[in-house]
Amino acid sequence: MLEKALVGDKKYWTWVGFLLVVIGIGFIAYLRQLANGLTVTGLSRDVTWGFYIAQFTFLVGVAASAVMVVLPYYLHNYKAFGKLTILGEFVAISSVIMCMLFIFVDMGQPFRIMNVILHPTPNSLMFWDMFVLSGYLVLNVLISRITLDSERKGIAPPGWIKPIILLSIPWAISIHTVTAFLYSGLAARAFWMTAVLAPRFLASAFASGPALLILIVFVIRKYTRFDPGKEPVQKLAEIVTYAMAFNIFLILMEVFTVLYSSIPEHIEHFQFLFLGLHGNNTLVPWMWTSVILAILALILLINPKTRRNESVLGVACVAVFASIWIDKGLGMVVTGFTPSPLGAVTKYWPTWNELLIAIGVYAIGFLMVTVFYKITLSLRGEISAPAKIEEKARVGSTV
Amino acid sequence: MGIDRRKFLTIAGLTAASVIGRKALGDSLSVAPESNLLPEENRLIGHRWAMVVDLRKCKEQHNCTKCIDACNAVHNIPQFDNPKDEVKWIWKEHFKEAFPNQEKEYILEGLLETPITVMCNHCDNPPCVRVCPTQATWKREDGIVMMDMHRCIGCRYCVAACPYGSRSFNWRDPRPFIKEINKDYPTRTRGVVEKCNFCAERLARGQMPACVEACEEKALIFGDLEDPDSEVRALLRENFAIRRKPNLGTNPEVYYIV
Ligand code: SF4
Ligand code: SF4
Repeated sequence: MLEKALVGDKKYWTWVGFLLVVIGIGFIAYLRQLANGLTVTGLSRDVTWGFYIAQFTFLVGVAASAVMVVLPYYLHNYKAFGKLTILGEFVAISSVIMCMLFIFVDMGQPFRIMNVILHPTPNSLMFWDMFVLSGYLVLNVLISRITLDSERKGIAPPGWIKPIILLSIPWAISIHTVTAFLYSGLAARAFWMTAVLAPRFLASAFASGPALLILIVFVIRKYTRFDPGKEPVQKLAEIVTYAMAFNIFLILMEVFTVLYSSIPEHIEHFQFLFLGLHGNNTLVPWMWTSVILAILALILLINPKTRRNESVLGVACVAVFASIWIDKGLGMVVTGFTPSPLGAVTKYWPTWNELLIAIGVYAIGFLMVTVFYKITLSLRGEISAPAKIEEKARVGSTV
Repeated sequence: MGIDRRKFLTIAGLTAASVIGRKALGDSLSVAPESNLLPEENRLIGHRWAMVVDLRKCKEQHNCTKCIDACNAVHNIPQFDNPKDEVKWIWKEHFKEAFPNQEKEYILEGLLETPITVMCNHCDNPPCVRVCPTQATWKREDGIVMMDMHRCIGCRYCVAACPYGSRSFNWRDPRPFIKEINKDYPTRTRGVVEKCNFCAERLARGQMPACVEACEEKALIFGDLEDPDSEVRALLRENFAIRRKPNLGTNPEVYYIV
């Protein structure tokens, strides 16, 4: 099947080549970090987790969101998602791998990573996070492989895969829940220590993931003959709407609890996020952008007229995705450390080196999605009759 | 034949391993004859080690840093110019940072300006131990919370979990930043976490912690909490002492007499 990724037009190869260059730059930046230590990042004694761990947290959500296409299709027999499930699963696989890479580049001693397996520590949530993430990866690889294979052969998927697909649904929930527990179990960090963290994570994941999937559908619809039709896109848009509304609701719950109880330890973090604290207002413009994007997205999504208009929907999806990325990929982690338990307010902003590594990891993810989609779409091209002839003619002419 | 050869290789391998092993052990023994692998006759034994900091005495000696200097020297603690990379085992904090939930304004007038000596509290219920995914941080039977620098993967989860900011990460290679290397204590590598260890290596040799020994004012007192006749117990009996963030249930074993 992999050979399908090796034939493509110029556009395809330009895109792949571009990603490879970005990955190469990221890799060089990583070598620099390996040689000098994590001191090349903007992290410090007070802010010990930053951009890498934040991207990890955000991407766990994107990975978990595959469940939003798998669940309606397999559990409620919602046929319109048929063509999308595998695309969702591929996004999940790529996201989980990016998550693992982000953890890896954040480690002080990356070559000791096996210690987590050699000395399993059930009392550490990091152990469980590793367990659920790798389990989720295995499940999705297996499911996509089997279903794609049957699709290629034009037969129904084997019966034994169904329970595994069903298992992947609670499993997807578990990866984001355990990731939230990683934070919400720490008494030292008031900002994270909230029971709504896991539900909040899930709500934001179920908004940002499907929003991304809609955008991906728009892109591949433009460049290939793939089209799942209008209906599943609209269904996804509804999912984004409800999840986004619920996400905002949960954030407001949090804000109320913190502001009304007015415990200084809890308020300070929110001050840092939205007003700035002791002259440190690095995140303030970002957070307000996130708020405005969220409100804009909600208005566009709730109104059926704008939601049904696909170009407006595209704008709304970009707004949802960007808003949640700022919230999780920038705000969530650093704010837990600002102020520190001893009241220190230390500025943190990712350095260039850190950003290049992160962009490199994202490029690896994009490359994986591209290759997976290429394979799937070429296979599908073979299945449908008119496309089959066209594809053969094209392959024939290049050979 | 095949079996014979395999057997031969196994024996050869084992022999080589044991030679290397013995050599490594022999080397380490020659470097540190009083290595804590060996039960030292005069080693100090406690059931629950604890520290008492007498702030009344620290108050008199505002600018004194003897305890900190001693610890830095004994444990090869690097001194970086950039505070971002900082490694600290014992240091001073303002009262309101060390005790953020304590009633202050008028009740503790006078104490507010006193620099508070802080270090790892060797909590009885340590969150740093709970979160560590590799058991690189663990608690000894005598209550000392220890670090295994060879095990640590540098994930810094323990740093996020410690409510007292007691842990430092080696953002860069510490060795070039150690003023004078003390050969009796290992230097650390980049990428691992470290913190105060209540001088476990000195207790094993029958010595008191370096900071306690260096404090001429006797503001730092170390001892066994489970021994009713110990000095720490006597001090806690006769004075009012507070602990940092007791509401978190970590049960810190560093007490501050106010
Ligand atoms: S003070 Fe911090 S590092 Fe020390 S034992 Fe307690 S939680 Fe762990
Ligand atoms: S940084 Fe080291 S000691 Fe701390 S939790 Fe990770 S592995 Fe354990």
